Amino acid sequence: MSQAQSYLSSARDDLRTEPRPVRAAIIAIAVIFLTVFVVLPLVVVFAQAFSKGVGAYFSALSDPEALSAIRLTLAVAAISVSLNLVFGLAAAWAIAKFDFRGKTFLISLIDLPFSVSPVISGLVFVLLFGAQGFWGPWLQAHNIHVLFAVPGIALATIFVTFPFVARALIPLMQEQGTQEEEAAISLGASGLQTFFRVTLPNIKWGVLYGVLLCNARAMGEFGAVSVVSGHIRGETNTMPLLVEILYNEYQFVSSFAIASLLAMLALITLVAKTILERHLDEGQLSSVD
Amino acid sequence: MSAAAARRSTLPGFGLTMGLTLTWLSVIILIPLAGLFLKTFELSLDQFWGILTSRRTLNALKISFGLAFAAALVNLVMGTVIVWALVRYRFPGRRLFDAIVDIPFALPTAVAGVALTSLFAQKGWLGAPLAELGIKVAFTPIGIFVAMIFIGIPFVVRTVQPVLIDLDTEIEEAAASLGANRWHTVSKVILPSLIPALLTGFALAFARAVGEYGSVIFIAGNLPNVSEIAPLLIVIRLSEFRYADATAIAVVMLVASFLIIFAVNRLQRWAQLRIPAH
Repeated sequence: MSQAQSYLSSARDDLRTEPRPVRAAIIAIAVIFLTVFVVLPLVVVFAQAFSKGVGAYFSALSDPEALSAIRLTLAVAAISVSLNLVFGLAAAWAIAKFDFRGKTFLISLIDLPFSVSPVISGLVFVLLFGAQGFWGPWLQAHNIHVLFAVPGIALATIFVTFPFVARALIPLMQEQGTQEEEAAISLGASGLQTFFRVTLPNIKWGVLYGVLLCNARAMGEFGAVSVVSGHIRGETNTMPLLVEILYNEYQFVSSFAIASLLAMLALITLVAKTILERHLDEGQLSSVD
Repeated sequence: MSAAAARRSTLPGFGLTMGLTLTWLSVIILIPLAGLFLKTFELSLDQFWGILTSRRTLNALKISFGLAFAAALVNLVMGTVIVWALVRYRFPGRRLFDAIVDIPFALPTAVAGVALTSLFAQKGWLGAPLAELGIKVAFTPIGIFVAMIFIGIPFVVRTVQPVLIDLDTEIEEAAASLGANRWHTVSKVILPSLIPALLTGFALAFARAVGEYGSVIFIAGNLPNVSEIAPLLIVIRLSEFRYADATAIAVVMLVASFLIIFAVNRLQRWAQLRIPAH
């Protein structure tokens, strides 16, 4: 670059960007803040988990209580993700493919769980199914266990993960319109054939995206599940609950070992989310072309 | 509803999917939330008021709302700085730091809670140097504040970032060529167009921090009237079988978060009016 050119370009830079020291300061503040508040907490999980060596780490994970928490977490996530997947697909079909009054209101009702404190999401089920709750006495008389058992944990988890799949699919399906489905129907395809052969291939990345986020929240939910679980050891403790119990018993290696599994889940989710977002962007571009 | 839907009646399945949606929505969300409000009506107004104005409840609400507000303010400022660095500058590790912003969204709250506590405890990586300066973070209200900053930062960044990316640089070039210096261009031209997004991000971070439980309770110390947040008080009242107390606090928090969400919706409508769609 000649001197004149570099002078010109730096003169233009002066108009459009900040002086060099300001730029450096802003980058430094952003990087330091994110390192202190986000990176270090993540690193400390793994540092603590391996602080007594690899052997202690794996023996903590193979403890029967840990294994039972992992099993329960996987089971609850499977139940809530599959139910919310069916609901999410139905809601997205009704909302994105048809016009009706009150649509915006319906969408904000679906969004409600995002704005409810996790503790309250658990509390509402205690009020329904607890011993002093609306249906508690009847359930007790018939010996049906909802609270402090798997059904209660599943219900609370379904509540907090309710919007994820629907929210991922509604904008995507609205953008894609109804032309392809209408063509399929007019060519004689049945409703289900149209859905599985036309709609589903178009929204597959969106479905995966919703399932991914729904699953991450389902496996990691703490507050809502904590209220309904009853903390029965080896029975109603999910992985996040076991992290709490072990931590309060000063079993730090065991607590952080379980926490490290959840942290890895979070990292894998973030990577997969980035990949899916790229697919979704490409899909939108190709549909525009 | 179905009459209006008839306009696009060539597609089947409206009745089925809408029926499924409304049933599932009612069973999982609406009936349980309605139960919460019904339970409140079992209380007389005096009882309700008595619970809310008891010293411990009042302090817990003050701590939750006050610290959440302060943390959201920090997130507003730091979030803007982070967005600016990520969008306007190129530096090594930029894409990595961009991805890192989402970690508080993705990390289960209990994991964040034990991690922050271990980090800021007296012998922790950050707690030890801070202790030498005489600053105690873990097991004090400052710990609550720190956890709320952690949980809120992605809300501001992810709300403001797309708006700054879409912002036309021609406007600032015009301002510059008309003789505005850089500071004037930023404060008079760029920041005003970010205001709706900034307020939305602030409100979302605030709402999340008010209701936050998992990442806060480990680091908080949980001393009644000092470092006890409202969601924890709900849990304590439940464990004491004082359902009425738990419900009254929950209703107040729920109404507050509905108001915040309502404000956010209005903000977004305002933003759309201000900046006509392309």
